[in-house]
Amino acid sequence: MTSLLVIIVLVLLAVALWQLTKIFDLTQVGSSSDDSQVASDNDNNIQGYIMFGFLAFIYIFTIYGLLKWGHLALHTPASEHGTLVDSLMNITWVLIFTVQVITQGLLYWFSFKYKGNKDKKALFFADSNKLEAIWSIIPSVVLAVLILYGLYAWNNIMFVDKDEDVIEIELYAQQFKWTARYAGPDNVLGKANVRLIEGINTLGVDMSDPNAQDDIVVSELHIPKGKKVHFKMRSQDVLHSAYFPHFRAQMNCVPGMVTEFAFVPTYTTAEYRELPFMVEKVSNINKLRAQKSADLVAKGGTALDPYTFDYLLLCNKICGASHYNMQMKVVVDSPADYKKWLSEKTSLAQDIKAAAAAEKPAEGTEVAKDSSIAKDTVKAVIDTVKAVVAKVAMK
Amino acid sequence: MSAEAHDHGHDHEHEHHHHKDTFITKYIFSIDHKMIAKQYLITGIIMGVIGIAMSLLFRMQLAWPEESFKIFNVLLGDKFAPDGVMANDIYLALVTIHGTIMVFFVLTAGLSGTFSNLLIPLQIGARDMASGFMNMISYWLFFLSAVIMLSSLFVEAGPASAGWTIYPPLSALPQAIPGSGTGMTLWLVSMAIFIASSLMGSLNYIVTVINLRTKGMSMTRLPLTIWTFFVTAIIGVISFPVLLSAALLLIFDRSFGTSFFLSDIYIAGEVLHYQGGSPVLFEHLFWFLGHPEVYIVILPAMGLVSEIMATNSRKPIFGYRAMIMSVLAIAFLSTIVWGHHMFLSGMNPFLGSVFTFTTLLIAIPSAVKAFNWITTLWKGNLQFNPAMLFSIGMVSTFITGGLTGIILGDSTLDINVHDTYFVIAHFHLVMGISALYGMFAGIYHWFPKMYGRMLNKNLGYIHFWVTAVCAYGVFFPMHFIGLAGLPRRYYTNTNFPLFDDLQNVNVLITMFALIGGAFQLVFLYNFFSSIFYGKKAVQNPWRSTTLEWTTPVEHIHGNWPGEIPHVYRWPYDYSNPNHDVDFVPQNVPMKEGEEVLHH
Repeated sequence: MTSLLVIIVLVLLAVALWQLTKIFDLTQVGSSSDDSQVASDNDNNIQGYIMFGFLAFIYIFTIYGLLKWGHLALHTPASEHGTLVDSLMNITWVLIFTVQVITQGLLYWFSFKYKGNKDKKALFFADSNKLEAIWSIIPSVVLAVLILYGLYAWNNIMFVDKDEDVIEIELYAQQFKWTARYAGPDNVLGKANVRLIEGINTLGVDMSDPNAQDDIVVSELHIPKGKKVHFKMRSQDVLHSAYFPHFRAQMNCVPGMVTEFAFVPTYTTAEYRELPFMVEKVSNINKLRAQKSADLVAKGGTALDPYTFDYLLLCNKICGASHYNMQMKVVVDSPADYKKWLSEKTSLAQDIKAAAAAEKPAEGTEVAKDSSIAKDTVKAVIDTVKAVVAKVAMK
Repeated sequence: MSAEAHDHGHDHEHEHHHHKDTFITKYIFSIDHKMIAKQYLITGIIMGVIGIAMSLLFRMQLAWPEESFKIFNVLLGDKFAPDGVMANDIYLALVTIHGTIMVFFVLTAGLSGTFSNLLIPLQIGARDMASGFMNMISYWLFFLSAVIMLSSLFVEAGPASAGWTIYPPLSALPQAIPGSGTGMTLWLVSMAIFIASSLMGSLNYIVTVINLRTKGMSMTRLPLTIWTFFVTAIIGVISFPVLLSAALLLIFDRSFGTSFFLSDIYIAGEVLHYQGGSPVLFEHLFWFLGHPEVYIVILPAMGLVSEIMATNSRKPIFGYRAMIMSVLAIAFLSTIVWGHHMFLSGMNPFLGSVFTFTTLLIAIPSAVKAFNWITTLWKGNLQFNPAMLFSIGMVSTFITGGLTGIILGDSTLDINVHDTYFVIAHFHLVMGISALYGMFAGIYHWFPKMYGRMLNKNLGYIHFWVTAVCAYGVFFPMHFIGLAGLPRRYYTNTNFPLFDDLQNVNVLITMFALIGGAFQLVFLYNFFSSIFYGKKAVQNPWRSTTLEWTTPVEHIHGNWPGEIPHVYRWPYDYSNPNHDVDFVPQNVPMKEGEEVLHH
């Protein structure tokens, strides 16, 4: 409600200003010649000074922003290639700030310095091949450097060597949830297709594929520190994008195809939490949350939980109404913890068997007298259809 | 009768005897390019008001998430804002329609349509467009598409909400989001008609510039405005049909069960029959228009700004030929960089390398343009009319926004800022605000030509300075929340405590947006009241050199009462040392023994 009030005040302010200019116009009645709406020397002078003021505003606002919001930007990268990305980013930033400060400075300084008046005549300066050459060649050279560095980094990041020792994990996206599938001891993911989705096999894993037998499906992503993780991504419905901001990693998930991205985590979750910048960030966030909680409690609501840092996987491609809440917790473990965590998980094959076993007794009591022949026939038909569909799908 | 009027257009005397325009032929189904320009402008302004108002609504939701505002309930109704709390699906719809309206209806049709129509015949010395009738059809198709787009706001399930880029499968499946039902159908129909309108306009512009220049108006004597309109029209003709094909294929997928863009989909508990299509194909087709579209939006603004800067600096535009070359270079490059929107789409990373290379090349002609503008100011005699302020502002935001393009165009850096608020900050500055400034500059400068009256300069000053501060206030802090990793198109960030420390910045951005938005009312008032009550304009209020200022203030069909003026010099003879006055119009013959002082 306060904001609405603010808006009303602003509108009133606008009206007041407009009234002021009306008065200003009226005081100039005597000079209502035809060029009264063309800038006069007086206007040029005033506007020239405001130009200078605006330059100051841009500079001050930039510095203020850097001091006040600079710490909000993602800090220490948590992956190996992340440092490469960040160093290229920093070089680019230095360049951008230099060019920005110089060009804005010149633009507004000239505007101030050469504000017009009736007695002046501008310099007729139409062209200069030398100047054009300077400002074509300098950007070309600078960009050549950036392009080369960028391409070097891009090729390093995006292409996974076939012989490299990696952990294969499937990231599976659907509205509005992430699921992960681990390749298991054989480190090969079983085939899968959405046409095979059935019951608890929500990823459509082809259980007839021998590679699928040891696959493990989980809803919380654990990865080991110091080992290259090779993500294979699928989506079952619309486009999603797997975005790991702290690892400087992102790739779209596209229905009908498998996309990939690989990185090496360099800090475990526990280690990353201990980094000084993160300690400060979390305490800052918790201060804000405490304030908000106090407000909420005063209004009769429940207080917010204090925040502890966790790596996150976010969806970063508009995917539907609840796009804003599609996330998965990511945990980077030490290699030993990772092994332990994974060994405690049951494979999808076991899960399916268990589910079937749990269902069977219930079915058994009611349909026990059904002819087993009819049941088998139905099952056989279903299997054949499934196999055919799977074959078509794999094509 | 109107076709006849055009046929006789060249025979001005004849025409004056014969035709009395009725209200309908003069104001509604007009074939006069000046009237059509005004029709485009007013429609564009109305669409702009709607588009900007939408952005203010969703900015309020972002600053004060899920809080109750009476105004939401009033504007969005009980279905989408029960108790005044904005629903998440209407949030996405607002974002989608805001983007669509601003990019296509305001900055393409409103900007190009207005100024190409107004200035091409006037500045090249032609009586009208090559085909006045086609021009009229072009406007009315645009109007129809605008009406259809707005009507989609009122359908039961809400308008299209898959983002203005309408990537399938989200845009193809009503099961995926309610807006992909009738709302999306209307969106596609509207865009198809819009493209038809745009193509007719563009063809007309190209033909007119090539064929109808007056005597002496060689291509190297064309004002830069005409060069940019001409090149823009060419890009439009090349790329808009590709979007049309994408829209048609999407219509097939949606309505006739084809699988151009869809494959292997399991949604709402069932497997759909689609097999073999690829959403990535759609992305290619979309961005093959989508990226050139950015230049379709910004090039005309660049042209307007170049012209206005030269006039108000009382100096020739610096590097006239370099400006033309850079426009051509930008236009060429703009058609081979679309893939930089798709670095992470799943296409082969090798393509990413290629598109990084071509994309960063665009910085070179852009830098040439920026430095040439700055040099144009150097040692000028700057006349700070409101149009000049907006022109300087345009150069400023174009540089600020353009520089961050070096980050986004670099595939490596794009990985982490792709689809975050960093992108929003970048493109709003470099093409949104810049093009809007160009459009405002054009309106302030050519208002006397359009309506025979002047806009109030003091209101113009207020309008510019508040807008300038607010534009930076909105988009500069936005870079930081983008660098913090905040994804775009999130209804609220409250599900991520990680982003809690960004909330104050979001509030600040929204405050600036609300103030900036409110001050556009100053412009609206100035515009509409000046049409009727503004000070009467003189024939050439800005003491400009180009031909449009040689026409009488009162509009007449055929533009010049007598013969069309001949052209003897380039359009930028300001402060020419051979002359005592500080401007020499293009139709003034060279003095005996006068040397050409430029290349």
